[in-house]
Amino acid sequence: MSAAMLVPILLVLAPLVPALASALLSGRARARNAINIAFAAFKLGVVAYALAGVEAGAFYEWRIAFVPGLDMVLRLDALALLFVTLSAVLWMATTLYAIAYLKGSAHQARFFAFFNLCVVAASGIAMSGSLITFFVFYEILTLATWPLVVHTGSAKAMAAGRTYLAYTLAGSAALLAGIVWLESGSGPVEFAAGADLSAFSPLAASMIFVLLIGGLGAKTALIPLHAWLPAAMAAPAPVSALLHAVAVVKAGAFGVVRVIYDVYGIETVAALGLGLPLAALASATILYGSLQALRQSDIKKRLAYSTVSQVSYIVLGASLAGPFAVIGGLVHLVHQGLMKITLFFGAGVLAERAGVTDIRQLDGVGRRMPVTMAAFSIAALGMIGVPPVAGFVSKWYLAIGGYQSGASWVIAVLIVSSLLNAAYFLPLLYRAWLKPAAPGLPDRNALAASRTWLLIAPGAFTAAAALGAGLFAGFELSPLSWAALIAERIYLP
Amino acid sequence: MNLLFALAGAPLAFLLASLIAGRHGARLIWIAAPVITALAFWLALETHARPQGGALGGWMPPLGIALEADGLGAVLLLTCALTASVTGLFALGRYGGARPESARRYTFWPLFYGLWAGMNAVLVSRDLFNLYVAIELLSICAVALAAFGSRQAAVNYMMIALAGSLAYLLGAVLIYAALGTLDMSLIAQRAPEARASVLIAAALITGGLMAKTALFPLHGWLPPAHGAAPTAVSALLSALVVKASFVILARVWFEGLPGLAGAGVITAFGVLGAAAIVYGSVLAITQTGLKALIAYSTVAQLGYLFLVFPLAGGGESATPWTAGAWGAMGFHLSAHMLAKAGLFLAAGLMIYGAGGGRIADLTGLARAMPVTSLAFGLCAVSLMGLPPSGGFMAKYLMLIAALASGQWHYALVILAGGLMAAAYLFKPLARLFAGTGTPAIRALPHRSMALAPLVLGAAAIALGLLSAEPYALMVSGLPEAGEAGLEEAEP
Repeated sequence: MSAAMLVPILLVLAPLVPALASALLSGRARARNAINIAFAAFKLGVVAYALAGVEAGAFYEWRIAFVPGLDMVLRLDALALLFVTLSAVLWMATTLYAIAYLKGSAHQARFFAFFNLCVVAASGIAMSGSLITFFVFYEILTLATWPLVVHTGSAKAMAAGRTYLAYTLAGSAALLAGIVWLESGSGPVEFAAGADLSAFSPLAASMIFVLLIGGLGAKTALIPLHAWLPAAMAAPAPVSALLHAVAVVKAGAFGVVRVIYDVYGIETVAALGLGLPLAALASATILYGSLQALRQSDIKKRLAYSTVSQVSYIVLGASLAGPFAVIGGLVHLVHQGLMKITLFFGAGVLAERAGVTDIRQLDGVGRRMPVTMAAFSIAALGMIGVPPVAGFVSKWYLAIGGYQSGASWVIAVLIVSSLLNAAYFLPLLYRAWLKPAAPGLPDRNALAASRTWLLIAPGAFTAAAALGAGLFAGFELSPLSWAALIAERIYLP
Repeated sequence: MNLLFALAGAPLAFLLASLIAGRHGARLIWIAAPVITALAFWLALETHARPQGGALGGWMPPLGIALEADGLGAVLLLTCALTASVTGLFALGRYGGARPESARRYTFWPLFYGLWAGMNAVLVSRDLFNLYVAIELLSICAVALAAFGSRQAAVNYMMIALAGSLAYLLGAVLIYAALGTLDMSLIAQRAPEARASVLIAAALITGGLMAKTALFPLHGWLPPAHGAAPTAVSALLSALVVKASFVILARVWFEGLPGLAGAGVITAFGVLGAAAIVYGSVLAITQTGLKALIAYSTVAQLGYLFLVFPLAGGGESATPWTAGAWGAMGFHLSAHMLAKAGLFLAAGLMIYGAGGGRIADLTGLARAMPVTSLAFGLCAVSLMGLPPSGGFMAKYLMLIAALASGQWHYALVILAGGLMAAAYLFKPLARLFAGTGTPAIRALPHRSMALAPLVLGAAAIALGLLSAEPYALMVSGLPEAGEAGLEEAEP
């Protein structure tokens, strides 16, 4: 087996080993943690090797037939690698965080088994080279996430699990309907070649597009399919971090990008007049999510609605379909991941160590927990779009892209959304840094006793990465340069 | 010795051996399971090269008895061997040596091997009378095993099974009177000569087999019989027995009487299948007992099989593979065998552990019985038709065939059926995770019993990941009508 075939397999199998090991090593926490960290590190190594290769034009592919002509294809193109890299980096951070967060709690074996299975699914989704492969991993993700959402077993968690399943399984059914309708006319679809739509009338092709995007939209949390995401907040903090930054919503957004660029192709989407309605829906989601976020006083809920809003930037960029808009959307896939995971890491630390879950409890937290709050603040500023944090770069490219595509109204959407972002994030920062400490807050000594660097460091690292991605956006191998490379390969084949 | 005769005969030999061995008969499963599974695996390898056939004593029909295995038969023999082996080993925990003396320890094993022999004989026979003998053996053993649970349910089951057999036998006699043969391929050649009487015979045979398969609306006997039986028996009845009569039905129409089915007959099968999916799923959703839920799920899942009648031949031009609907039927038959047996075994262990059979009794059991719960989950994934699993391959191929041939109404039913399956299977799954404490459970007779459903669930999943070889086998040597569709077939 050549290296070209080995790389995609290793990337999928690397998280599968700790998934199985975690299930088998129930009760032996040390060994389990060591295996989890070792394989996360191993995967980072493989990713680094692949990054160098793909940039130089190398090509990694592995396939096996389901039935004759219908292949499971794992393929590493530049777009796949963008998502794989994000998931590998954040997997490492979340693994460390989860080890510290769950220390001493019950049923960690089950948690880490399904957690790693989610990473298997995310890697598979990223590298899918055909629609059926994408669907297989997309469903593995649905199934592997559910036990994490209901992990605590509380009535609230069970209800959240029900809501999650209702939305995602209905979405999957719509997605599957779209896929089989498409493939019943065009044969199996591979992303490298795109779909042959000649068998369909424009109306049928548009309906299939709506089914596909509607199905993916359930995970992407496009309105009106977003309600499961705030409900899923009942899950433990590392799960929320994973859900919001890498796994579930990103899988949906990534799928939207694949459908637009590698199944239909931008010319077809434009010819069918489907790009603009999708851009409008994404814009509506951006504004609606921000407005809802403003109304939440629970920190995690506010962050959840913020995700509803922010993930739609990716969809907006993809649907506008100009080179700059694409770059903006794709780079936001990474940037939003870095920033949102920082915010959730922070929210988890606040809840765990200081019992802070509501915005009104944030008063004076900044000076008591400076590292966590500094990281949180950097990420929040990035979400608003303050330069030089990464979020600014995304919004800048999206705005130019909107202008280029003749949709200048996008700029207005971005401005309003940024104002709303500021309106729901700045009060948090104001309370944390400028208000005197609330009486209920644990004092320095109590906090020092509960300080665990393994819990704090991942957030600090991802915040630094978000800052770095913005500051060094012009450098080679920055997320922006990589997104530009992808756009280049789309528009200048 | 011909491999096919060995496969049909081996369970019979173990039947006799278990009768002779008396209370030591249970241990025979340690030999029977590997031997018969190995034979079935060998047959699958051989059939991969070319379809297998043979005649007893070298006498070909119409004089002698001929056995045949096409690719589908070989796959099902292997799946059946795997399911029966694992279920048999599981049953050691209950009907093995450790328990106090009871009559069941003596009666279970001969009935078990008789059931297995009946299955294998059905899968290798192509002669209406041989098939009759095989399915009678199967039905008698199944009814007797069902009586382990509820005698009333077993009596009802027996009535239906006998009525079905009678109708089938009458049909076979009519065919013999009209065509002078009972051999499937000879029937196919001669059927056009006496269309009217063949049609009546086909109706009788179909009615009888539908009752035995528990196709809606003839399903009423199934949930009480399967729901009340002991765990291992439920698994055998739901996974294997009902499939046998369906396989005969499919062979009669696709091999024996292609071209006889008009649009009306085909639509009738499709409508009944669709109704079974909807009705069985709705009733499964409303159940509060775990085993009753799984039994109604069988009613629903059997409905999918009947969609092969309208879907065969659908969209052959649009797909790179051939005989998608036929392959879907093969995947559904084998995936359901594995997953349903696994689900019943897992359910039995959980009911034993929790000390109650209601879904509500399962609260928090995922923490106390993680392996069993995982097995339950894997089997459920395949039954819901979610990837990666054999159940998903079946659903995908069916959906493509339905849409490519413009029969979108069947596609809608299949998609809705998947969602309803998720609705009824996530009900017990959610209970397993609910609550915060770890419930105290009764220790299993043998810890390794939990591995049985896990093996079956893993096999159902693997069938969807390594599907290329099974698919190639399922469609090798298939009847012409299986590829072209029933209506297209030349009479």
